[in-house]
Amino acid sequence: MEIARNDKIVTAREIGVVGCQRCTKVWPLGTKRCTRCGAQIVSRDHKALQRVWAWWIVGLICYIPANLYPMLQTRTLVSVQQDTIIGGVITLINHGSFGIALVIFLASVMIPVGKFLAIAFLALAAQRGTTSPSKQRMGLYEIVEYIGRWSMIDVFVVAILSSLVQLNALAAVNPGPAALFFGLSVIFTMLSAQSFDARLIWDAERS
Amino acid sequence: MSTTPHLKDLIVCPNCDAIYHVAEPNFGERAVCQRCHTVLIAPRKRAGAQIICVALAVFILVLAAAVTPFLSIEAGGARNSVSVLDAALIFSGGPLILVSLGTVAMILFIPLLRVMLVIYVLLPVVADRPPAKNAAWAFSLSEALRPWSMAEIFAIGCAVALIKVADLAQIAFGPAFWMFCILTVLVVVQDSFLCRWSVWKSLETTK
Repeated sequence: MEIARNDKIVTAREIGVVGCQRCTKVWPLGTKRCTRCGAQIVSRDHKALQRVWAWWIVGLICYIPANLYPMLQTRTLVSVQQDTIIGGVITLINHGSFGIALVIFLASVMIPVGKFLAIAFLALAAQRGTTSPSKQRMGLYEIVEYIGRWSMIDVFVVAILSSLVQLNALAAVNPGPAALFFGLSVIFTMLSAQSFDARLIWDAERS
Repeated sequence: MSTTPHLKDLIVCPNCDAIYHVAEPNFGERAVCQRCHTVLIAPRKRAGAQIICVALAVFILVLAAAVTPFLSIEAGGARNSVSVLDAALIFSGGPLILVSLGTVAMILFIPLLRVMLVIYVLLPVVADRPPAKNAAWAFSLSEALRPWSMAEIFAIGCAVALIKVADLAQIAFGPAFWMFCILTVLVVVQDSFLCRWSVWKSLETTK
């Protein structure tokens, strides 16, 4: 890729144009809509931060019941067991399946919590400016975008188990309310991350 | 950028707003944003035809994986094997039906829809015909759905589910599980073949 001017990076805004974020086509500043792909064009989407925070808050609200209610209800001949997310991890550790416990712990606790913190940090950095290097924040943003979907794994496991383990009197697994809240929380945080305008990451460094 | 260049000769990085002259790389090479390392252009020889072939394979696999069982369980004489469709239909009421509907949407319908959209967009392009009606809209939708297509996460979910109930009952993978594994690979291959910039350009120039 040849660059516009050797080493110095020039941004579209500096030369009075705006790029379509969907199809990368270049338009004069002030163009409202890209006629190639139909996307709305904004040079810097500052309203995006409000959307980020709105989804972020809804996601966080859903994450609370997701941890309080049971995720999974296991009924066997002798007992009925209700497991929350953390409870499920502890049960797995007690059974000695450390690998799976780790997968669930990563997907259901570490990734969501890390995501809330990361998105909040990125949004705050874009709002208030920061000294942390843009490259690092961009890396963080890419990780958040990439890894966020994997939190769904626990919801899928619940859906799989509750359809599979239906052995009449012998054993049955049913989903708990937490599965719904957790799924919603993952969806909302994904939307929050998608709302973020990555270009703000690079502006914060300059100003 | 000595004088004002033609806007169509420029490309803006959607992630950091850096602007470059378009210098189309050779087949198999990639043009990467120097600042944030986002891949901007990555053309491949006969990519369109290859993507269509992969998309057809994905289409068939998703349909087959929908109706064949992905896991089977056996305990004390009772036996149960479920396909993804069974998993969806097992809940008949309550808010938790949203969990199963969401699951089925993310692992079946969205992958299917994306594949069909991609074929719809690329088929005329490959055949050197004018773009299909509303191709830009179809391609935008397909791209927007990309993070919500979660077949690969489901495959891992199956593995986790298997180990989670391994001590409760005899449990085994069905054919659909292996199909989901192949699907995972195919979806990654399809995404890596697809050069968005080339697609958008071809939708524009032949319009």
